[in-house]
Amino acid sequence: MGKTLYRKVWEAHTVGTLPDGRTQLFIATHLMHEVTSPQAFAMLRELNLPVLHPERTFATVDHIIPTDNQCEPFADPRAATMLDALRRNCKEHGIRLFDLASGRQGIVHMVGPELGITQPGMTIVCGDSHTATHGAMGAVAMGIGTTQVRDVLATQTLAMSPLKVRNVRVEGTLRPGVTAKDVALHIIGRLGANGGLGYAYEFGGSAIENMEMDGRLTLCNLAIEGAARCGYINPDEKTFAYLKGRPYAPKGADWDAAVERWKSFASDADAEYDDVVIIPAEEIEPTVTWGISPDMNIGISGSVPSPEDARDAEGRKAYTTALEYMKLTPGQPIKGLPVDVAFIGSCTNGRISDFRAVAPLIAGRKVAPGVKALAVPGSQMTAQQCEEEGIARIFRDAGFEWRLPGCSMCLAMNPDRLVGDQICASTSNRNFKGRQGSPTGRTLLMSPLMAAAAALTGRVSDPREVFDIV
Amino acid sequence: MPLNKIISISGKAVPVPGADMDTDRIIPARFLKCVTFDELAGTMFHDERFNDDGSSKGHPIDAPQHAGAAIILGGENFGCGSSREHAPQAIKRSGIRAIVAESFAEIFFGNSSGIGLPCVCATREDILAATELTTQKPDTVWTVDLHSMTLSCAEASYPVRMPAEPREALMQGRWDAVVELMNAPEAVAALAAKLPRPTL
Repeated sequence: MGKTLYRKVWEAHTVGTLPDGRTQLFIATHLMHEVTSPQAFAMLRELNLPVLHPERTFATVDHIIPTDNQCEPFADPRAATMLDALRRNCKEHGIRLFDLASGRQGIVHMVGPELGITQPGMTIVCGDSHTATHGAMGAVAMGIGTTQVRDVLATQTLAMSPLKVRNVRVEGTLRPGVTAKDVALHIIGRLGANGGLGYAYEFGGSAIENMEMDGRLTLCNLAIEGAARCGYINPDEKTFAYLKGRPYAPKGADWDAAVERWKSFASDADAEYDDVVIIPAEEIEPTVTWGISPDMNIGISGSVPSPEDARDAEGRKAYTTALEYMKLTPGQPIKGLPVDVAFIGSCTNGRISDFRAVAPLIAGRKVAPGVKALAVPGSQMTAQQCEEEGIARIFRDAGFEWRLPGCSMCLAMNPDRLVGDQICASTSNRNFKGRQGSPTGRTLLMSPLMAAAAALTGRVSDPREVFDIV
Repeated sequence: MPLNKIISISGKAVPVPGADMDTDRIIPARFLKCVTFDELAGTMFHDERFNDDGSSKGHPIDAPQHAGAAIILGGENFGCGSSREHAPQAIKRSGIRAIVAESFAEIFFGNSSGIGLPCVCATREDILAATELTTQKPDTVWTVDLHSMTLSCAEASYPVRMPAEPREALMQGRWDAVVELMNAPEAVAALAAKLPRPTL
């Protein structure tokens, strides 16, 4: 029997077995942001330990920065304190920081792939659950806590036990207007928000093989929303083409050797999986969430379910809670629901491809009156590309607020947030209660196409109808 | 740095029911604007417990009869979502010393184990029974015992589960991994020399 990429990477990075039976796993690349790292540095200081391999850690600032005005000092002194702490810690320990003036700052999960820091066959960790994103490049990438950030800083290793591997295959051709986001939401809906507990998800099948890198990044980004700590896709020619020429990617003669090495990490044709799930691509519709967990989602032509539709008694309770919080009625069509805010951005959908896909559709059209529409490129590199390609202007002309890079309205750590029980058509990753900053705010997760359609019509809409996608 | 061996935790229990109790609900993001974990104690489940005006929503945690509880009784996929260690830190700093739930999200579980906060799984049936018992008699003293792998009180005993490695780590007082991780510097150096890293 052959091996999966997960197992090959795990074995290549194994230092040994710890007394409690866990593996001591070497971490090839460590990514860092300002929210989950200051306490780790404080712990290091307490133990009087240095950073063992500062050259393997890369930092940026994303969660707390305002996206309307990034001139310092920030209006929020606590945000300023956190950025100061990151700067001080990186300087003291010799860690590369992609700061606001670097031209390379952005959401940590955008910066890694864009700069070629994320490479196939690596173990990659970050104090952030959406680290699964980097698995799209054929890496084993996972979110960790702050004590583990300390462990990586001090030892470049972690104490971990391997996950099982589920092969999630999407076979066939995606229908027009169906994006990677819809695929991800659909998979989470099928397998459940807790379906991936104990598993890494290896995404494959013809629909995934045909997906471009940005879409693959979106898909792996959302693995954690299905409880899979790690999601990945085998590296292929698309992966290599994406990486070639990026600042931190191998160059010259090293490039060819690296590609050969990367190929060797891909799962063998006869690899053994703990589970296999096959999903026909054709069954996936543009998908939208109606509840307070990412698995509470339906196709755009569907209706809000009733508690009776849930699997069991616990599910009925969860549905009841969700319907109450969302102020929705069972049987109500999701299409046509008025929205207050539309948000295009985040580590899920703040990539250049997302803005390229939307721009031609909204060119010459206007955001509906009364809708606050935010477009937030995920990184400075993406923001610059959007300016150069005229994309930013199209968004501005359509009435979107075109913002500076950051996590923005995905979570409530900066000034971008919902007010009261506003409904947000959001391309982010979590529809949890209160996630977007108001304890009663309501989030509908969807693709950039559907969020753009919602921005223009003021209602949850089928992007295929609004934009004549056939 | 010797750590305490965590084998048995006893105290009152408090139910925090519901599936997919995400870490945004355990600690809303606005409380993450800090550079230490020191001030997180009062933030645990904040928006589940309090209205905008600070008045109580009547969450079991704030019920006088559950005051001083040491054990949380939770649902499925407890701690899902964000990797924020602030979540278990807030729970631990609020006086909770063990969590019993149907299942735990991976990252939350690891974060909790790593700070000496044991998370054990029990069946839905048993958690509902324990919840019922503790609601009827809030003064019931429960014990989570990692040796016998039970959740028990004078009236009842339920089996609990936990993977072998973290259980060993807690019971042996090795739950803070950094000590062991520093024991193989040569092997780590050899891998560091061999495995590529991103370079300009």
